[in-house]
Amino acid sequence: MAAVQETVDRVRQIDVDQYRYGFETIIESEKAPKGLSEDTVRYISAKKNEPAWMLEWRLEAYRRWLTMEEPKWARVEYPKIDFQDIYYYSAPKPKKTIGSIDEIDPEILETYKKLGIPLREIEALEGVVRPEGERKIAVDAVFDSVSVATTFQKELKQAGVIFMPISEAIREHPELVKQYLGTVVPTSDNFYATLNSAVFSDGSFVYVPPGVRCPMELSTYFRINERNTGQFERTLIIADKGAYVSYLEGCTAPQRDENQLHAAVVELVTLDDAEIKYSTVQNWYPGNSEGKGGIYNFVTKRGDCRGDNSKISWTQVETGSAITWKYPSCILRGDNSRGEFYSIAISNGYQQVDSGTKMIHLGKNTTSRIISKGIAAGKSQNTYRGLVTAHRKATNARNFTACDSLLIGDQCGAHTVPYIEAKNASTLFEHEATTSKISEDVLFYCIQRGLSQEEAVGLVVNGFVKDVLQQLPMEFAVEAQKLISISLEGSVG
Amino acid sequence: MNVALAKTTTGAVLDGTFAAARGRLPGVGTVAETRQQAFDDFARTGLPTRRIEEWKYTDLRNLLRDVAPLAPTPDQAALAQAAKLVEGLGTGDTQKLVIVDGVFAAGLSDLTSGGGVTVHALSAMLDDATSATRADLLRSRVADPMIALNAAFATDGMLIDIADDAAPSRPLHIVHVATRPSVAAFTRSLVRIGNRARVTLVESFVAAEAAKAYQAHDVAVIWIGDDSDLQHVRVMEDAGDAANIATAIVTVGARTKFNTFSLTTGGGVSRYQSFITLAGEDSELLTNSVHLLRDKQHGDCTFVIDHAAPNCLSREVFRSVLDDRAHSVFQGRINVHQVAQKTDGKMMSRSLLLSDEAEIDNKPELEIFADDVQCGHGATIGALDDSLLFYLRARGLPEKAAQALLIQAFVGEALESIASDDLRDVAISAAERWLESRA
Repeated sequence: MAAVQETVDRVRQIDVDQYRYGFETIIESEKAPKGLSEDTVRYISAKKNEPAWMLEWRLEAYRRWLTMEEPKWARVEYPKIDFQDIYYYSAPKPKKTIGSIDEIDPEILETYKKLGIPLREIEALEGVVRPEGERKIAVDAVFDSVSVATTFQKELKQAGVIFMPISEAIREHPELVKQYLGTVVPTSDNFYATLNSAVFSDGSFVYVPPGVRCPMELSTYFRINERNTGQFERTLIIADKGAYVSYLEGCTAPQRDENQLHAAVVELVTLDDAEIKYSTVQNWYPGNSEGKGGIYNFVTKRGDCRGDNSKISWTQVETGSAITWKYPSCILRGDNSRGEFYSIAISNGYQQVDSGTKMIHLGKNTTSRIISKGIAAGKSQNTYRGLVTAHRKATNARNFTACDSLLIGDQCGAHTVPYIEAKNASTLFEHEATTSKISEDVLFYCIQRGLSQEEAVGLVVNGFVKDVLQQLPMEFAVEAQKLISISLEGSVG
Repeated sequence: MNVALAKTTTGAVLDGTFAAARGRLPGVGTVAETRQQAFDDFARTGLPTRRIEEWKYTDLRNLLRDVAPLAPTPDQAALAQAAKLVEGLGTGDTQKLVIVDGVFAAGLSDLTSGGGVTVHALSAMLDDATSATRADLLRSRVADPMIALNAAFATDGMLIDIADDAAPSRPLHIVHVATRPSVAAFTRSLVRIGNRARVTLVESFVAAEAAKAYQAHDVAVIWIGDDSDLQHVRVMEDAGDAANIATAIVTVGARTKFNTFSLTTGGGVSRYQSFITLAGEDSELLTNSVHLLRDKQHGDCTFVIDHAAPNCLSREVFRSVLDDRAHSVFQGRINVHQVAQKTDGKMMSRSLLLSDEAEIDNKPELEIFADDVQCGHGATIGALDDSLLFYLRARGLPEKAAQALLIQAFVGEALESIASDDLRDVAISAAERWLESRA
């Protein structure tokens, strides 16, 4: 039992106060008045110079939202949110029009540096010669609610890829936005998605034209910065026929006392033979060692495999946030379409995670795969909640699900709530779930071979999450691995 | 809203039913008060709908519409029909305790006490004004609208006491017989098993030819002491258009073995929900459930297993075979309390869909608050393997026979779990009857 005791001690030792990214950047910012009303919605829309149809869309969502109630079914507990005590819009005050990265507020650039995520373009501007053929990432940096810099625009333009803040897309490509916005996550979808539809501040818009393979990984780094600012990101990604795009989303936020609300909506659409790979590393402030503060993360993410032979793949590494409420889903509408979900959810301290996926099989010969790894430590609660369903006409639907949980310490909880529904005899669904702690035998074996206790535990945890880490793009895998070790610092090395 | 409207209509109608039935329900004073409380509890929600998470897949307001009026006390003709059915059960030498249309039939039952076994009719105990605890007979630790409804209306049932060290030579056998159409029977049985006892308990549900569209509402509350062994077999062969809503609430002591098997082939709408608490250390729980459903049958098997003590083992096996437009539901939950270290829990659900219109909904949940545990669950859904069918057909078997052979093998694992040869044969022949009627 020595190992168990040691692990428990370790968990006690680690202090979530040591949040590595808990710093605050002081920049002048421009805010909407506190609270939510039709005026707030109008204010945001006006700030964004939005056309009338967009304002109407927002107002409709807002009116709908007033009639809705907060969902209560998730296994998370938190004090009631006062939706009138939140700033719904905050933008870094524009000093002047930004022509190049040099003109960006140096403080903002410094923030990214501290995060260990220098904009690649900085190097390019400084004349650093990068080896030929090295993979490139385009960063659409979201600093609070406004995209500050969009890089690599030229190269993307050549390929015909549209990658811009959604606020710009609304002005420049209204036909595309009108055609797709709200078609995957309707404005009335759920409480938080409706709220987002009314007040979303910004986010990314990606359109990959037919037959184009996006020449680089697209990436957005989110930061929640201004005190009491809800972040309402809206992301819309469309892969037209035969297109491919890989999108990375990474999040960190500075330490705060008040809880911050984050309700993002992400919509993905793939047409015939198209593929979208969406990866997330989420590391927002999880609250301090008493469970105070931390981000509330209520996200609606959904992908629609609208065309035949299309594919959507979600990969997520969730280590932060006080509360995570997130179910990236795939609607497998097109024949032969495929949905994938790979997830690592780590909870420590007083974090509460209720996450999972939905695979909705509607088309013929659709396949899906779910690999979920939950690690609970400290006093956290970690829940996997998922749905796999095959419609009556979804002949030959196939699903494989494996959700495994690892418990570290006896104060935490791990829960699995899968729903598996089949309405078709040709369905083949397989589901397996396990919950366990790290085997004493395995630890003993590793220690026998000369590893320290901590290294041994690290090795086991790494093995435990390997299936998912492999799915991440190279650039992200490194960061994710770092995050996992930070999140479990002390508890598993 | 529609929902609210539906609830008030059902509620109002039931109010009348309850008022009308009260005169007939055994027990006055505290018992009557408990019934009223239970009825109020039920009336707050009414028949469960899919909006209640535990009843998500079995929306009784939609499936049952209403609670049927209370069945009348069986007459001679009904008792004669029941006698015939009991004879034909073929369960071998068991101590039969027969309940006809919700009323204990002493004439058809074997009330031999002795060997540590004491048997009473519940109605007599509820009427016993000298007992201070008689109202407890209607109380239970689980809050659920259908358990509350049962407490409000329960007309009869068995109260079985098994003393420490008792090992009755014959299995105890509670037989529920339905003889009338469009009525509801509410039964409640309590079984108290002492320490170091060895018991086999059988429950059968059967129906006479004339019994159509009736409702059977049953609750069984079982306590098992320490170092004991209970083998439980339940075979439900109600009429194809009847409803059977049953609950088992079981508390298991230390170092005890509880092996429960249930087979559902009957009932148009059925639900068997078990709440099993492993309250003592080192106990072992095996549950095996089989659904063989066809036509428009709806069957629900719900298990909530509470590991409340360290070092217990639980194994749940569920098998369902669905034909035509049948709908099967499996909800299994393993709760591991923080004290229940060294828990070993496994749950396996497998379903076979024989028709494109059949539906299976699975919800295997794990809820774990202890770290030193091994828990897992698996679920598979699929059709019969074409290559296996081809192999058998190539050996000259007709298609239906080949299918039957594969189905038999599929449910075999669950059937094998029945320890007693006689009872296993009963379950196997019930399964065979189902397969034969397919052909």
